[in-house]
Amino acid sequence: MAKRRPKLAVWKFASCDGCQLSLLDCEDELLAVAEHLDIAYFPEASSRMVKGPYDLSLVEGSITTPHDAERIRRVRRESRRLVTIGACATSGGIQALRNFADHREFINIVYARPEYISTLEQSTAISDHVDVDFELRGCPIDKHQLIEVVSAYLNNRKPNTPAHSVCIECKLRANVCVMVAKGTPCLGPVTHAGCGAICPTYLRGCYGCFGPQETANTQSLSAQWIKMGASEKETVEAYRGFNAWAEAFRSETVKVGNGEGGDGE
Amino acid sequence: MKSAGDRNAGLSIIEREELGTLIDVLGARGYQVIGPVVSDGAIVYDRIASLADLPEGLTDEQDGGRYRLKQRDDRALFGYVVGPHSWKKYLHPPRIRLFRAECAENGLRIIDEEQPQEKFAFIGARSCELHAIAIQDRVLLDGVYPDAVYRARRENLFVVAVNCGTAGGTCFCTSMNTGPKATTGYDLALTEIPDPDNHRFLVEPGTALGAEILGALSSREATPDDETIAEQSIARAVEQMENNTRRMDATGIRELLLDNLEHARWDDVAQRCLTCANCTMVCPTCFCTTVEDTTDLTGDHAERWRRWDSCFTQDFSYIHGGSVRVSPMSRYRQWMTHKLATWIDQFGVSGCVGCGRCITWCPVGIDITEEIRAIRGQINGCKA
Repeated sequence: MAKRRPKLAVWKFASCDGCQLSLLDCEDELLAVAEHLDIAYFPEASSRMVKGPYDLSLVEGSITTPHDAERIRRVRRESRRLVTIGACATSGGIQALRNFADHREFINIVYARPEYISTLEQSTAISDHVDVDFELRGCPIDKHQLIEVVSAYLNNRKPNTPAHSVCIECKLRANVCVMVAKGTPCLGPVTHAGCGAICPTYLRGCYGCFGPQETANTQSLSAQWIKMGASEKETVEAYRGFNAWAEAFRSETVKVGNGEGGDGE
Repeated sequence: MKSAGDRNAGLSIIEREELGTLIDVLGARGYQVIGPVVSDGAIVYDRIASLADLPEGLTDEQDGGRYRLKQRDDRALFGYVVGPHSWKKYLHPPRIRLFRAECAENGLRIIDEEQPQEKFAFIGARSCELHAIAIQDRVLLDGVYPDAVYRARRENLFVVAVNCGTAGGTCFCTSMNTGPKATTGYDLALTEIPDPDNHRFLVEPGTALGAEILGALSSREATPDDETIAEQSIARAVEQMENNTRRMDATGIRELLLDNLEHARWDDVAQRCLTCANCTMVCPTCFCTTVEDTTDLTGDHAERWRRWDSCFTQDFSYIHGGSVRVSPMSRYRQWMTHKLATWIDQFGVSGCVGCGRCITWCPVGIDITEEIRAIRGQINGCKA
């Protein structure tokens, strides 16, 4: 008798769909995924929708509405394993920039009929609402890491997705450090690995797409940026990207913005 | 061959262009010739095919967290010190597959990796780097379980050393007794004399093979003048380092560190340390690796890879239940006390060769020599 293929579901919350696209972007490997997993619920890819429960749920997006706050609980109940994918799902995403301001003001500016909009004050990570079995970082996620997580799930092993800095990835690629050799502000030292150090490889500073590394010393990095000539505004804006609401980035932007951080020793 | 011991014995002069012949000769003998090249604003190590690949008329300005290339006013080919790469990337590769495994009818089939047959020739290795290779030899070859990956690459290595005529801003080899003149571990040692009218190299063979290769080049016997000029250039590098505040008093350093494991300075440096691991990646003696096992989706194929790891990550000290060194303070202290103190217990030598890479390539410029001065109480406000 053939082994029962585990049922896979892919869920979307507040997000741009880019991380789900990473799964479709797997191309050759996608066929292998489909061979070993029953893609039971993946509206972005197929209109076939098999009812739960599901063995593995990949969740993209952040929680921004009361409706989604309820929906994620249902997804959790229907999922044996729940893996969040991408910056929105793991830290609130770019839309968490509203957490630093009054969301009602935004609604009033953007929408002709604000009273139709039902939204939460903050955009938050999935793990703020339900238990999460594994978080895969990135904006967007790296497709090789996604395959690694799925392979690890299928083979009942731990995925290799190190939580150390992007700097290690740069050094493994023998990149010359853009911060030291060019004075380019780079978030690599405080950012979680996973992308393979794409931006520094092309001589750009890291944008922090994968969020904070395991022990991100953002305060020390900000001080160095300012010593190198970056303004406080530039420093705050760098952290306020796709992972602005991740604790190590959020707390530093608040400090630097108030003139508490980035003052050298 | 002239006998060793005679001061002038074995010292020859080759003209600048003849260095190109050396590259050709080594290439013809089947060596993969590696040397300094300019890449992305720094001098790194890569394959070289001719003299034209070497960085001409360049020097490097180095300070804590800062590196810039500058023009020199001559055409020197080795007028800089060490960059972000070290030779360990060839001898102790950053990532390497150790074996593959497949599901076979009778269980698991292990497919071993073939070790490469290629031979490396390093051009332009500095004295501190030769000491670093000697340290990695102790670590990776001298134990009960020699490292096969390292051994395969190390065995047939040919080394052309270059004595430093300039010290870099973060160099402190004189503190560690590792330079700037190469004394051991080379086949040929060069001292560059970048005289615009007579650009030449003083060449000293260190092995019979080195002498044999030198014999294939067109050279002349060195004159006392040549030797004096070469010695003066090395003396200049020594003087630059002696005048630099960035020195490390290595006297009793093992006891100093082990007696000060609770020093307040560890918390101070932890405030600055990014735990990014750059210092360990650029260090020419840091040798730690981890292994990663991967499977494909079918589960029928698995691979084990080895890659450089660092004591600055939490995973590095992860044992059942969690990481032993959770705080950045404990990780920095582990790195520095191992490098400068317990390394001596383990391998009989210090793990530091004074190359200064960890200072230059630390994004926030943490200076190991300054940390030592602070723990010695030589910096105000840093008493225990």
